[in-house]
Parts: sequence; structure tokens; C-alpha cells
Amino acid sequence: MLIKCPHCGARPVEEYTFLGDARPQRPTSNDPSTMEQWFDYVYLRDNPKGRFDEYVQHSGGCRAWLVVSRNTATHEIHGTVTARDWTKSRQGAKA
Amino acid sequence: MTSFRLEKGGLIDRAASLSFSFDGKGFTGHPGDTLASALIANGVHLMGRSFKYHRPRGVISAGSSEPNALVELREGARQEANTRATMIELYEGLVAKSQNRWPSLAFDVGAINSLAASMFVAGFYYKTFMWPKSFWEKIYEPLIRRAAGLGSAAKEADPDKYEKAYAHGDLLVIGSGPAGLMAALTAARLGARVILADEGTRLGGSLLFENEEIDGKSGLDWANSAIAELASMPNVTLMPRTTVFGWYDGNIFGAVERVNDHVLAPSPYEPRQRYWRVIAKRAVLAVGAEERPIVFGGNDVPGVMLASAMRAYANRYAAAAGKAAVVFTNNDSGYRTARDMRTHGVRVEVIVDSRADSRVEAGGVPVIRGRKIVDVKGGKGVAGIELDDHMHIGCDTVAMSGGWSPIVNLACHRGARPKWDATIAGFVPPDTGESFVAAGSAAGRMLLSECLADGAAKGGGKPSDAPKCRDETYAIKALWWVKESKTKAFVDYQNDVSVKDLPLAAREGYSDIELVKRYTTTGMATDQGKLGNVNAIAILAEATGKTIEQVGTTTFRPYYTPVAFGAFAGPFVGRHFQPTRKTPLSDWAEEQGAVFVETGLWMRSSWFPRADEDWLASATREVLATRSGVGICDVSTLGKIDVQGKDAGAFLDKLYCNTFSTLPVGKARYGLMLREDGIVFDDGTTSRLADDHFLMTTTTANAARVMSHMEFCHQALWPDLDVQYVSVTEQWGQMAVAGPRSRATLQKIVDGVTLNDETVPYMAAKELTILGGIPARLFRISFSGEHAYELAVPADYANMAARALMQAGEEFGIVPYGVEALSIMRIEKGHVAGGELNGTTTAADLGLGKMMSTKKDYIGRMMAMREGLTDANRQCVVGIRPFHRSDRLRSGSHFLKRGDAPSIANDQGYITSVAFSPMLGQWVGLALLANGRARIGEMVKIFDGLRGIHQYGVICEPMHFDRENARLHA
Repeated sequence: MLIKCPHCGARPVEEYTFLGDARPQRPTSNDPSTMEQWFDYVYLRDNPKGRFDEYVQHSGGCRAWLVVSRNTATHEIHGTVTARDWTKSRQGAKA
Repeated sequence: MTSFRLEKGGLIDRAASLSFSFDGKGFTGHPGDTLASALIANGVHLMGRSFKYHRPRGVISAGSSEPNALVELREGARQEANTRATMIELYEGLVAKSQNRWPSLAFDVGAINSLAASMFVAGFYYKTFMWPKSFWEKIYEPLIRRAAGLGSAAKEADPDKYEKAYAHGDLLVIGSGPAGLMAALTAARLGARVILADEGTRLGGSLLFENEEIDGKSGLDWANSAIAELASMPNVTLMPRTTVFGWYDGNIFGAVERVNDHVLAPSPYEPRQRYWRVIAKRAVLAVGAEERPIVFGGNDVPGVMLASAMRAYANRYAAAAGKAAVVFTNNDSGYRTARDMRTHGVRVEVIVDSRADSRVEAGGVPVIRGRKIVDVKGGKGVAGIELDDHMHIGCDTVAMSGGWSPIVNLACHRGARPKWDATIAGFVPPDTGESFVAAGSAAGRMLLSECLADGAAKGGGKPSDAPKCRDETYAIKALWWVKESKTKAFVDYQNDVSVKDLPLAAREGYSDIELVKRYTTTGMATDQGKLGNVNAIAILAEATGKTIEQVGTTTFRPYYTPVAFGAFAGPFVGRHFQPTRKTPLSDWAEEQGAVFVETGLWMRSSWFPRADEDWLASATREVLATRSGVGICDVSTLGKIDVQGKDAGAFLDKLYCNTFSTLPVGKARYGLMLREDGIVFDDGTTSRLADDHFLMTTTTANAARVMSHMEFCHQALWPDLDVQYVSVTEQWGQMAVAGPRSRATLQKIVDGVTLNDETVPYMAAKELTILGGIPARLFRISFSGEHAYELAVPADYANMAARALMQAGEEFGIVPYGVEALSIMRIEKGHVAGGELNGTTTAADLGLGKMMSTKKDYIGRMMAMREGLTDANRQCVVGIRPFHRSDRLRSGSHFLKRGDAPSIANDQGYITSVAFSPMLGQWVGLALLANGRARIGEMVKIFDGLRGIHQYGVICEPMHFDRENARLHA
């Protein structure tokens, strides 16, 4: 499998380290009433068939954390963005 | 011995002769031969014994699908088991042995298994060796392994080198027969970067042995000119001897190139094999089709072979399979063998065509239509055949053709299933999209003109780009097995699966093809059913009243043919398996006689024995010397991360459960890092060197993980923080200088500073120089509990600094101490380390609950508040001492309440770290104990079922020594 790093170009999968689902967003509140949100963030994961966004680090390359959008059924890679841009765009969307 | 070498023809170099040995007997062959062709030319058909029944077996094929002629190639360290004689290029001095026979190939005691054949029916492993259970390990398993084993591997290390390489191209063409050559040629002429790979020694595929006519010349001449043209083009890479074994995500293909398997030993500067990853925009599967055997009685007698193999041996290798042949076919292609053999002067007694109505040019050979062979007479060689009308015909070799199966394997490696094509009676590749397409007979095209036109089209041109050629006719009427046969008829040669095993498996409930595979072993082992699977599927279909489509195929997985482990390992063996990390102080430690221990990739100095001290005596002495004078220890392996930027403090506040933004410049502070689930992740001291500049340390084990975690937290969680950080672990050599004389020792090497509690107070972090200008950082921190420092210098100065310290401390009796002594001192002091930071403990469990800030958000804060993680009954860190002072403690031992029997329900906790305390003169330990802090003073039972330990201990405070920390500030 080849993954296109936004910085380094297409590189073999061995250079990358997978973390997991990139969709849960870390809650911002420490209020005890938000415990459910925290629990969801830390533990609850979907296991979709099809398009899936995953945190992946280019650990054997530029070390950037990326969000790779991959089809779990076909392993087709739909696109890659840096985690920085992914987070900033989500924060922007929220604001 | 009679020679079966034909007088003319063949792609062999008759001018040169090669000597080789098979089972200790000498033979000769020619360059261009395979081991199989050379043996056939020498009249040797018996090449192995079968797996279960030890039946004599000969070569069936002339290619990589060979199930029978498996040999042990070479000797000594280069011995290679289960190597197909059909794929071994002959070389001078080749040595091969047959397998699976004892005492000899001709007389094999195991053949008696044939007489007990009823024992070896489908599922025999499961049925026969079930009982008694205790017999498995000692009796059945060794018995089966000896009796049924394949070849044996070399016992010595592989002396050869292997390489890994990448290839990139616009088009990968797999297979160099008519379709492959045409595809490569077409694409290359259009300017594409083309890679043409073929498992054969020579490119050309079937054109190397079939009599064809293309573009007004022989098929071979056309192939040679096509290859010459390709070779002359700079955009083409030709890869003969290269098997493409798998198709992977992203249109990546795995291939192995046999660079030096055709010589006795590779030159010292060349690899034996090269493991390729081929990344192609498009690929064409032009691997052709595999001829199928027919299942009939005695179809495994040596001398019975595939019709295409018989003509390949004759046409390509000038080796006659016999003097009098019979051809048994259900399709037109078998006739080619009859005609070719006759051209070579071999008598062909008859063509037995199972079809009653066929009309194919037989070249003067008599044809018996609508009949079948029911039995082959003979044991170690063919003596004749019997037809279903009881006619007997004498012959010494039989060619069989059960039709052709497109080689669909690679196209199915990513999960798609092949489709059944009734016209050709074979499975054809599934639709795998634009980037990987099949061409030629791999796609089910059975005529040469179709193959050439398809190749041209798949290469990016028009079908009409293909040259004109002469076509043979092709038609087939399926005949899967000869029901009239009374004698053993084999479906899968390699696993000795006979035609009766398949219906039996179905009757016993194993009717799904994947279950049949495992129950009967059809399609397993080194050939993975390349020849037998389609026949097996058809036979099973009839037994279960299904169609062939309904039965379907088993799953096709890489590897197409076996790949040597060496090729996977590549150059990463021995000391190249993984890097060895030496610390900047390793020269100094070696001078001091260190014994090193591997910690991850690091080599850490473990203890420094004098004379004949063992580790305990050495470590004990090192502790005593340090605590009474001064000791020096290499702590360079701790992860060091330099953190800078306006938000550096804020970032650290997010990472650690305690606060760093309030740390004054010039001070160090112990930090505890949690995981987001609230469990402790890592710890270490962090110093503030400037307002916007911190130096973090991590544990040795977690250095890389912490770095990656920081990168994640910054980039994915808080990208707006203005902070930069980089690992400086390897840039600094760091040593602990500990003991009451540490200050006096250091004083002698630092420049211009008087060390005292004002200039370097407890927890100070100071940048200074040593030895007249070497930059250094001095931290007054202590893991040992002594008045202690850590001194960091740029890595290249580390050995020099350590040597200078040794000299400076000589008058105080300075000693080097290793990780053993370090560990003893930290256990004496009750400091937690890896044994306690074990991925299950919270800050509170470690007695560090007070460090958890309530004033800020940080990783792990919320989840650490969960009920289960704050339960008072959780196991927390305590000290443990044996009740009998002389008892030794062992880590891993569990605690029970006095009087309780050992059980999981009664378990109270366990010992995490132990040491013999030189200061207390007894074993002490740290442990995790349920509700431990409330149980100080309690007597507990210590139980270790593995070591047979039943003893008593007393729970105490974790800190065993100097509880007032008086020495720290001394």
C-alpha cells in the first residue's frame, strides 16, 4: 500500500504508524457533567465498511501526523491531509 | 543406460556438458537443461515418493506447478528442501537428492502405507491419531513428521546474501509468452516505461516449446526478435527468472528474482535472490494457462505427464519422455504432443480422445475416440495402459491433457473470485479494474491469434497491431475423471488425495470447498493445487449435486510459488537485524569493565565486576561505594526532548498532570504524564533553561512513544500552540554523579563556579562549562536518594568528562555503577519505575495522586476521575519485606491474606520490584497491594506457584531507606 504524505509524496505503508479513528473530537470541558462525552472520545469507535478517516503518523518520514481517508473494504486511499489542517478546519467549522 | 536425448533440436548447448548428481549417482546434461529435463534425458523418471502412500512418482509438469519432482537441492548450509526439479537450471556440480523415502528411492519402506490405504482416507490425521491424547506429543507427531515430511532444510545458517529493491513503471507485464511479449512491445513502442517479468530462465513463455508460426517465421524466432527489440529500448526492463508472487494494495506487486540460483554458489558480491516490490501504474497478467491432468487409475505412475510437458521436454530440451507414447486427451491440444513427438521420431502408439466426435489433425497417429484410459500398468515406470473397453496397449510414457486452466491466482489476491467459463471449461480472472487486466490465455483466450491481439490491445494498442499467425484449433469436452477406473486415481498428487476422498469428505459433512481443502488436504502444500484444484472442484460438484460455479474455488493468496525466508529477510539479518544503540559513554564503560545489558536497542552498562564478582556482589559493592563516597552512572539512555517556544510551558501543562508553566528558570521538576484514559504513561524530570526553553526527560523505554505522543497532541489536538520540540537524546551524554562526595568530585571539573546550596541548590538546573570550556548542564536531581547530580555534556565529550570525573573522584574511592546498582538504590528509596509504571496504575496508585492538578486541562485528567480509577480498594504501591529476614523476595510473587488459599478471588496484589538492599542487609521490595496504604504493618502470605514459594512478608512504606531524606540534602 502506498500513502501520499502531503510533505513527502507517495511512500510505502511501512513508513507509517496507524493510531485509529480520527473522527472523535476531544471535548474541551473538564466539567464532570461532560463525562459521557469523554467516554465516547476515549473508548467508542465506529467500525465502518467503506470510507474511514484515520490518524496516521509518517513516523519513518517527516513525522507529521496525518489523517488518511481510506476505504476499509477496498483499501483505496481517497485522500490525505495533515492532522494540523484537519483539526484546524474542524475547529473553524465549529466556531 | 539408454539415452533419451533427442539427436537434434532443443534450446540446449550440446557443445558443453555439465556433470551433476542425483541421489549420489552421476549424470551429465547440457546448459539450457533443467534438472528434470536432464534426468529425463538420462531415462530417469522416478524422482520422488508421494506424501502419504510413498508411491513412486515422476515429473508431471515442465514448470512451476510441479507437485511431484521435489528435491533437496545442494548440500550443507545451502541445502534447500522441496525445490522443483522442473525449475532448477542445471549447472556444473549440481547435487540433488530425492525426498520422502527411506532407505532409498527405489526401495521405500513407507510404501507399505499403500497396503494400509484405508487408514489414509480423507481426514486421516483427524481420525487416526485421536486417541489416546497423551500419545500425541511423544508418539504420533514424531511418527507423522518422519513418515510424511517433505524435504529437510539446512541446519546451518544461510551463507548467502539477499537484497530488497523497488521498481517503478507505467506498465508491468507478467509473463512473456505471446500475449505478454505483444503487450510489452506495444506499450514500449508507445513510449511507456515497461517492466517485463517472467518466472522462466528465458523469456518467451510457451513460444520456447510450441511449434508456432508468427509473422512468417517460427514462434521462437518471432519471440527472439521481439525480445531483442525490447532489450534495445531504454524504457524497457526485462526481468527473467523473476516470479511475480503477489498483487497488493495500490497496484504493488511482489516479486522474487532468482539472481544466482543457477550457479553452485553466488559470487561474494552478488545476492542469491532479490526481493522486488514493483509499483506499476498498470499491469497485464499474461501468465498463460496451466494444463490439467485427467484423473484416472494409475495417473501417477512415473512416466505419466502432462501432454504440454511431454512436448516441452522434447521441443525445448530435446529430451524424450519415452520410446513409445500414448496421448490421452479431452481437447484438441493433446494432438500437438502426438504430432511433435512423432516429428522427433518417438513412436506414438495412439491418441485416446475421450470425445466421440472430435476431428483434429493427428499427423498420422491412430486415434481412438470416445474411449478412456482406466488404468496405467507399471510401478516405477509405465508398462502399458488399459482402456475402458479392456483393450491393453503397451507404451512407456503417457501424455495427458484434461484441458487448460487460466492462471488466475494474482488477479484473485485482493479478494475477488474467478468466474467459471463453460466454453473453455475453466475459471477465468475476475474483473479487477483498469489498472490490472489479464491478457491472452490467462484471460481464457485459447488461440494464438487471440493471444497476440489481446496482448496488443492490453498493451495500449489495437488488436490489429498484432502480427499474423497460424492457429491451431481448440475445443474441449470436459472429462474430470474416469469413473470406470478401479485402481487409485489421484486428484492432488502432492498430498496423495485420490478421487474417492472428495465424495467421502462431502458425505462426512465437509462439503464446502474450503473445508474439503482442509479435510482432505487437496490444494495444500508447496504447489497449492495448481494442477489438481479444478478437477477437485468438479468432482466435488458432482458428489454434492452442485454446479462448478456453486462450489467455487478456495481463496487465492500470495505467494504464487514458495518464497525463501532469506528473500523476505533481505539484508536485515545477524547484526543488521536491528541497530545497536551505544550510549555516548560506552567507551568509558567498556574501559571500566562494564557488563552490558540490552534494553530495547540500547546497550546499557549493567554492572562493573571486579575480579570474579557476580552481578549481585558487584552491584552491592557499587551501591556501598556510592552511598559512602561517590559513584558515577551512565544515564544517557533517558529520552531527552528539547522544547522551545512561547507556549512551551502551556504545552507541558497539557502533557503532564502537574504544572510546568510555573517552574522557575534554572529549576527542574519531576513530572508525571498520563494517558488519555487516566493511567500513568511516563515520568521524568523537566528543567526550565529559559522562559521559552525546557528540557524534558522521559524513561528509556518510552522515549520514542512520548515523542510521538507529543507530536500527536500538538498537531492533532492543539495546533495553535506556538511550540517546537526535538529529540536530543543522542546529542547529549548524561551521567549521574551520586553520593556524599559527589559535589567535591564535580567541583574539580566545573569551570568558575563554587558548587554549594546557593549556586546549585536542590532541583537546580544550571548551564555551565567544565574542563576549561566544554559546555555542560548540571542538574541537582537524585534517583539514588543521595546528594546527587546529573551532568550532561555534548555526546562527543561524554567519555572525556567521565574519565575526568573518575580521576577527580579517585581520592573519594569513586566507582562506576550500572543499572543494577541504580535499580537497587531506587528500590531502597521506594522510587517507582517500569515495574510500577506498568500500564495499569494511576497516579494515586503510585502514591503520586497529589501531583494531579485541578486547575488545568491535561491529557488523562477526566478519565482519571472515574470511579474505578479512584476506588480506595485499588492496588497501590507499598513496600514489602520478608518476615524472616533471611528470605529472598521474588518479583511476580502474589499476596494472600493469612490463612487464605491461593486463588484469583483471594489475590491481594503482587511484588513488582525486588532488590537485596546492601544498606539494610536483606531483601526488600515494592509491590502493588489492594488498599495497600491502609495495610502498612500487616503480615501477608507471599505465594509464587511457579517457583514454589510460600512465605510471609510484612507490608511497609515504599521507602525502605533514609525515610527522612537526610542524605539528599547532606
